Amino acid sequence: MASPGTEHRLDMDRAGDLPALRLRGLTKSFDRPAVDALDLTVRAGEFYALLGPNGAGKTTTLRMVVGLLRPDAGAIEVLGVDALAEPVAAKRLMAWVSDEPMIYEKLTPLEYLAFVAGLWGIEPAAGERAALELIDWLGLAAHANERCEGFSRGMRQKVALAGALVHDPRLIILDEPLTGLDAGTARQVKDVLQARVAAGGTVIMTTHILEVAERMAERIGVLSRGRLIAEGTLAELSLRAGRGGSLEDVFLTLVADGAAA
Amino acid sequence: MSAPASIIWLARQELRLAWRDWRSLMTASERRPLSRALLVLAFVAVSLHLPAYAMVARFADVGLAPDVTQLFSLSLVVLLYLSLLLSQAMESVTRTLYSRGDLDLVMSSPVAPARLFSVRIAANAVLMAIMALVLSSPFIDVLVLVGGPRWLAGFGVAVAVAVVASAVAVALTVGLFRLLGPRRTRLVAQVLAAVIGAAFAIGIQIVAIVNYGGPGGAAALLASPTLTAHLPAAGSPLWLPARAVFGDLAALVAVVAIALATLAAVMAAFAPRLGEYSLAAVDLIPTRHRHQRRFRIQSPRWAMRRKEWLLLRRDPWLVSQTLTQLLYLVPPALLLLHNFNGASGSMVVVVMVLVTVGGQLAGALAWLAISGEDAPDLVATAPLVGAAVVRAKVEAVMGALAVVLGPLLVIVAVISPYHAAFAAVGVAIAALSTIQIQLWFRAQARRSHFRRRHTSSRIATFAEALTSFSWAAAAGLAAAGSGLAAASAVIALLILAGARSASPRKALASPGAVM
Repeated sequence: MASPGTEHRLDMDRAGDLPALRLRGLTKSFDRPAVDALDLTVRAGEFYALLGPNGAGKTTTLRMVVGLLRPDAGAIEVLGVDALAEPVAAKRLMAWVSDEPMIYEKLTPLEYLAFVAGLWGIEPAAGERAALELIDWLGLAAHANERCEGFSRGMRQKVALAGALVHDPRLIILDEPLTGLDAGTARQVKDVLQARVAAGGTVIMTTHILEVAERMAERIGVLSRGRLIAEGTLAELSLRAGRGGSLEDVFLTLVADGAAA
Repeated sequence: MSAPASIIWLARQELRLAWRDWRSLMTASERRPLSRALLVLAFVAVSLHLPAYAMVARFADVGLAPDVTQLFSLSLVVLLYLSLLLSQAMESVTRTLYSRGDLDLVMSSPVAPARLFSVRIAANAVLMAIMALVLSSPFIDVLVLVGGPRWLAGFGVAVAVAVVASAVAVALTVGLFRLLGPRRTRLVAQVLAAVIGAAFAIGIQIVAIVNYGGPGGAAALLASPTLTAHLPAAGSPLWLPARAVFGDLAALVAVVAIALATLAAVMAAFAPRLGEYSLAAVDLIPTRHRHQRRFRIQSPRWAMRRKEWLLLRRDPWLVSQTLTQLLYLVPPALLLLHNFNGASGSMVVVVMVLVTVGGQLAGALAWLAISGEDAPDLVATAPLVGAAVVRAKVEAVMGALAVVLGPLLVIVAVISPYHAAFAAVGVAIAALSTIQIQLWFRAQARRSHFRRRHTSSRIATFAEALTSFSWAAAAGLAAAGSGLAAASAVIALLILAGARSASPRKALASPGAVM
């Protein structure tokens, strides 16, 4: 099933083999190094899960990619666009969904989506059509004209996700999007993301729910202390860790090895 | 030690929370030492004794048997004081009613709601009483020092008035709740609180005229035989509060007893169901809007402006705060108008008032649009350069300001285009100055923290106020043709320069965005 608003899909990215995201030597320090000369490439059209223990630098990395933090050093390329030299052009291609849905209490979902579509300069008719489809698809139709102030966390996350999709981004970056969602809502969000990837979009997601990464991601990157300590499919990671079993077993082994190194 | 869930135990909990809330307010969430805040408060309290001396010292020798005119004048002061405290109490009750806070916890606990909310009503009355003591202290201190200890009874009346104000505020708010329903009550109660508060300010104006007298003044009116003939005799119960202030101990006992009885009656009548009302208020069915014409977007900046206007329009706290700001400026305008005889002089005052309001209002709106951005990540990750975001927000603030002050400027223009031009230019400059201060001092905050915006930076608050006043003086003096306007403008620029040098960020940048 194709997700709404995916008319101009990204087969050309796949055909052209242009990476959706390429990080080179990305570095950021606060009191101590949070991201340490990170090199990372995410192919266009794949579902990429970024894992790591707390404080590994996942969120810092993603916040630098979407322009919320300035890196101390390194390069960020989004679908061939230098995000540090041309931030506006790069932002036009991306959407960001954080773990804490930030929406406006006094706007309705439709008003919120109109605002987001406006920020991304979407043509009004196309924006409205995509918004209505997304509202319907995410099961928000009954609440489309109600202010968000009384919404549950799950509904807020759905509105935030709809906002991320309404401008048809080619790269969606999500930081712990399933935190605090009930099973039904989490399922809906996962379906939406998989549909986007099936339609040629790229999804990068951090999560602590390893079963989600195991089941949904084509490739998995493991960060520890700001460095990429392992990357690949689940099978490749299992091989690297020298043990089979679940992603949880593999992840814990890799992180323990990374910490010992 | 009190037993858990007893009335004393609950009261201690309420007062501890109130103390921590106040402490957090005074210390900007522990960013500043409490000792410094207390020193500033002490300085302000001592300073207030000077104007208090000038205002009330001459009344200190009024005897224990005042005449009807004196009783009437003092009763008016008590009434005005009641209106101020009632305004504050209504604001407090409405805020409590509409915030979830610990409501789920307390309503699911085995404590009887009647007991719990009785304690809350009483605790609110205690807090109002403390506020009343602080506010009245400079005046009563002066009367005690000059006129003797009998004036100490004034403190008792101040506490009684605060208790009555708290009780009436609960009754009024719950009455509105029953009459209008939870949705309308929030806005109406806020507006009512603002109007009642302004009544105090307007009342102070009348008292000032009474004190200074003059031909045609209110003093002459109050002392007129016609009015005196219609007033009750000096022994009437109507004058009990005034007689208590003058030191009549029997009257004081009666006033305090009436106040406590009123509070007890309100607790008995409303406490059992206050929890249910509060639940109904916080679990409001969301407001529905018609779906039409939402996707008329023309540019990202247009979308940003439209979003800001929608949010400003739907902010009930902002509506009441703005109204309060406008109403509180009416009395000074009236006072100044009273002292100016010529029409040109009156227009100069109007220019000054408009510029002051413009500056202050723009500061409040700018805080909401710039610091109170509830989705900073969304705005920062949107494909707009930071300067475009800031420009759109400034345009939204200036547009909203134009909607509020535009009609007033048009009225002034009809009377005197010359003065309207000075007012318009002054408003624009004052507004841009306070917006710039907000940009220098912006700190990401929840929009719902609007009431506490002043705690984030006292420097910004003072700079905003002083800049507005300086530009108002400059515009007024310029309209009057005085060369001193230039000096006032220089002062405003110096304040701006000082604010800039003290600000955490000195350059324009988009909120949250880094690239």
